[in-house]
Amino acid sequence: MVLVTVEVNGSSYQHEVEPRMLLVQYLRETLGLTGTNIGCDTSSCGACTVLLNGESVKSCTLLAVQADGAAIVTIEGLSGPDGALHPVQEAFHQHHALQCGYCTPGMVMAAVSLLAEEGELDERGVREGLEGNLCRCTGYHNIVRAVLACAGDRAPVGEVGAAGAAAS
Amino acid sequence: MTVGAGTFSGTPVRRVEDPDLLRGAGTFVDNLKIDGMLSLSFVRSPIAHATIRSVDVTAAREMPGVVGVYSAADLELPDAPALMALHPAAIRPSLAKGTVNFVGDPVVAVVAETRAAAMDAAELVEIDYEPLGVVVDMEEALDRGSPAQFESLGGNVVIGLRTGSEDPLAGADVVVRGRFENQRVAVVPMEGSAIVVDPTGTDFDLTVHLSCQMPHVARAGLAKLLGMDQERVRVIAPHVGGAFGAKHLSAEGVVASKLALELGRPVKWVETRSENLVAMAHGRGQVQYVELGLRRDGTFVGMRCRMVGDAGGYGGFGGILVLGQTKLMAQGVYHIPAIAFDVAIVTTNTTPMGAYRGAGRPEAAAFVERIVDMAADELGIDPVELRRKNFIRPDEFPLTTVMGADYDSGDYGAALDEVLRLADYDALRREQDERRRRGDRMQLGIGVSTYVEVTGGGAEFSEVEVHDDGTITVKAGTSAHGQGHATAFSQIAADQFGVPIEQIRYVQSDTALVARGRGTGGSRSVQLGGTAVLQTSKLVVERAKELVAELLETAPEDVVVTGDGRLGVAGVPSKALSWGEVARVAAERGAPLLVQHDTERAGSTYPFGAHVAVVEVDMETGRVVPLRHVAVDDCGVIVNPMLVDGQVHGGLASGISQALWEQFLYDDDGNPITSTLAEYAMPSAAELPSFVTAHTETPSPLNDLGAKGIGESATVGSTPAVQNAVVDALSHLGVRHIDMPCTPERVWRAITAAQAGTLPDPWREPRPEMAGFPREGAAGEELERGAESVNL
Ligand code: FES
Ligand code: FES
Repeated sequence: MVLVTVEVNGSSYQHEVEPRMLLVQYLRETLGLTGTNIGCDTSSCGACTVLLNGESVKSCTLLAVQADGAAIVTIEGLSGPDGALHPVQEAFHQHHALQCGYCTPGMVMAAVSLLAEEGELDERGVREGLEGNLCRCTGYHNIVRAVLACAGDRAPVGEVGAAGAAAS
Repeated sequence: MTVGAGTFSGTPVRRVEDPDLLRGAGTFVDNLKIDGMLSLSFVRSPIAHATIRSVDVTAAREMPGVVGVYSAADLELPDAPALMALHPAAIRPSLAKGTVNFVGDPVVAVVAETRAAAMDAAELVEIDYEPLGVVVDMEEALDRGSPAQFESLGGNVVIGLRTGSEDPLAGADVVVRGRFENQRVAVVPMEGSAIVVDPTGTDFDLTVHLSCQMPHVARAGLAKLLGMDQERVRVIAPHVGGAFGAKHLSAEGVVASKLALELGRPVKWVETRSENLVAMAHGRGQVQYVELGLRRDGTFVGMRCRMVGDAGGYGGFGGILVLGQTKLMAQGVYHIPAIAFDVAIVTTNTTPMGAYRGAGRPEAAAFVERIVDMAADELGIDPVELRRKNFIRPDEFPLTTVMGADYDSGDYGAALDEVLRLADYDALRREQDERRRRGDRMQLGIGVSTYVEVTGGGAEFSEVEVHDDGTITVKAGTSAHGQGHATAFSQIAADQFGVPIEQIRYVQSDTALVARGRGTGGSRSVQLGGTAVLQTSKLVVERAKELVAELLETAPEDVVVTGDGRLGVAGVPSKALSWGEVARVAAERGAPLLVQHDTERAGSTYPFGAHVAVVEVDMETGRVVPLRHVAVDDCGVIVNPMLVDGQVHGGLASGISQALWEQFLYDDDGNPITSTLAEYAMPSAAELPSFVTAHTETPSPLNDLGAKGIGESATVGSTPAVQNAVVDALSHLGVRHIDMPCTPERVWRAITAAQAGTLPDPWREPRPEMAGFPREGAAGEELERGAESVNL
């Protein structure tokens, strides 16, 4: 067993963990922060994405012990102290960027990080920036719109529910 | 047709489901912790076909934390559940018995105090296999000598049948022929299968938290398999991380339930992704031999189809889809006066087949739309014109097709006109011409598809209750897993009661809370569950009006829903009672405002649409980039256009991806070679374009909402549009067909062969065994009914 000390969503934690324990298991099983999901076993899906010292990482690619001393933000720590949704969460809501919601925590964290890193983002930039996060429900269309809305970019990617409806 | 008096239906109301999911408060099965809960893990076969000579679990049993290690011999296990029986002989045990039939077949179950302990112990189980002959290719499985899975079938052909016209091509001036592969794909919901079975509760003998689409169906199936009274079993589908046709009670779920009962402790099983890719049923998997006869002017005369459907290991129920929905929809949107449809359904040593988004309908649209494009090419007619010429016309509905489908309503030309307008089809053709003339490296392909599919059919349950605080509980027997029923169905009810959405509490997906239901699948939910909610709400409103009439001393006809949460007398604004007040009086009189109601059985509805796909093909590398996709889908009257477009987007991604990238592959020995997400080509945002979506709205006459399904339509329409676009990009070289997925290698080979003048013939005769099957008789008809009775 190895001792790890981490700050998660603003609170400090110290635990003895098995050296082989993944960070995502530590978050989900030890801390009970089950908002972070697991979607694969090959670091391919991004469902487990969290912020580690401000940058997005797939928490299944790190051992818990590697996070020793780090500050982590998970989906549970994203909304404001008053419980208000973070602007990226709000944009996902407004643009219908989630369906089953399984990819959503990871997708939102990846988007938060992308928006923080890139000064300017166009559609291509968003699509490539989210390449590591898979979603089977949305076809990504509304996820891209939500992130672009946050970036302040109004690239024309179609209006939800309003595209040229023609009654017959 | 109007949905209701209120203002919610038809508008893009934001989802009530979102806040919990956005905050990480999802209730996905793996998030559940119960005291004393054990973890289950499986040892799966690494060999595609073998006799199990021995199983040694001694070392595994001795591992710390291990509670038990079981093979089929150690447990009295029922057979694995099947949504539909393919053949009485095709039975799958819940744990492999004597033989294994595919890589991933579960052989041994390990139960331990923790997941890590269960997985560690599973690695110590020693199984000795004696390899048997393997058949992977579904056409090779037709060979009587291919290694059989069921002795009593005498080979791998589970069903072989010839149906329909004996001579459908008679009178044709031209016959176009193609052999098409509709490849096997993996479903890949982002959450895999998951179950927690709890035998320790007091109210029920067994409480099952199952990631599934149809909790009531799962409860009935599980209770039957375990010999329990279904009233003593509770099934809850909590948040479900996508399903797409594949999430039902599984073999592993039965083992988990049996072990929970044996051990008297809660048991959790959560699939890993690598397990999921071999264990969860796969979809599609057909080889289609199609011949279309036409007159010189392009009029369709008849079509002959000879189809091989892969059922996978043990004869998975998805094998039946070729004889069910694919056959039913073989006529598409056209007049085709005579159709022959011969079918072989075979077992192979691969993952069992099931349902995947569209379940038999994308396979139909794929071959119909492909052969129509080939015919257009052959006759030198624009593919759009050839389609138009053969459309079933709007004034012909309702009609029964040659295949026996009762098309309810449609206007195929309107959808086609709209998609061509939105895509600016003529401008695209001009640009294509220019690129061809210039000999650009990047050539443009324009693909058109016009499709019809089948959704819903049957009945559904709803319950609506008004409480004395004015809130209204709405329940339905459908079970959403991303579709947004809580929002859409609340919109429907809120309109009837004239209250804000927030006043509605929507309940679903728990057999203890919802009396009955058929769940969600086959794009049935709005047209059946939504209609049930509408009808039940109306019954409650009727009852309330009678009561209010009595209380306010007026006639029930004069009582109106005011729209501000009250019931009042028409034209007398001061005379009104709130819903809470009415509910209170009703309860005091012993007749609370609560109605349970089942809709009458309704026929299936037939959504349709037209898609235009635009792709760019790199003539030097064969790489295809989807540039644009314009989809016009007609799902009748729309309750929430935002949710409808969301369904379309997801469906488009699936369809485009099957056309270009996804394929589940095996080597000749039956070893899967795409069994992780690192290898399986599921697209990210970077590969897909944004979509243009629009809708024509042709109401269905078959339900009060006028709605048709939309969950799968875009997959049905997009797959052939994209494949047609790829072939179209190369048609000036003489390329007539490229099989899906249209990978760079396949496209590059087609380009090179065209340049060398060595293009392969897109046709070859099917295997001779196909000619020897009996013609359809009583047995065949029975099978078809079976296939239609469950919609996926
Ligand atoms: S769980 Fe898939 S990348 Fe981490
Ligand atoms: S919303 Fe279901 S996987 Fe993305």
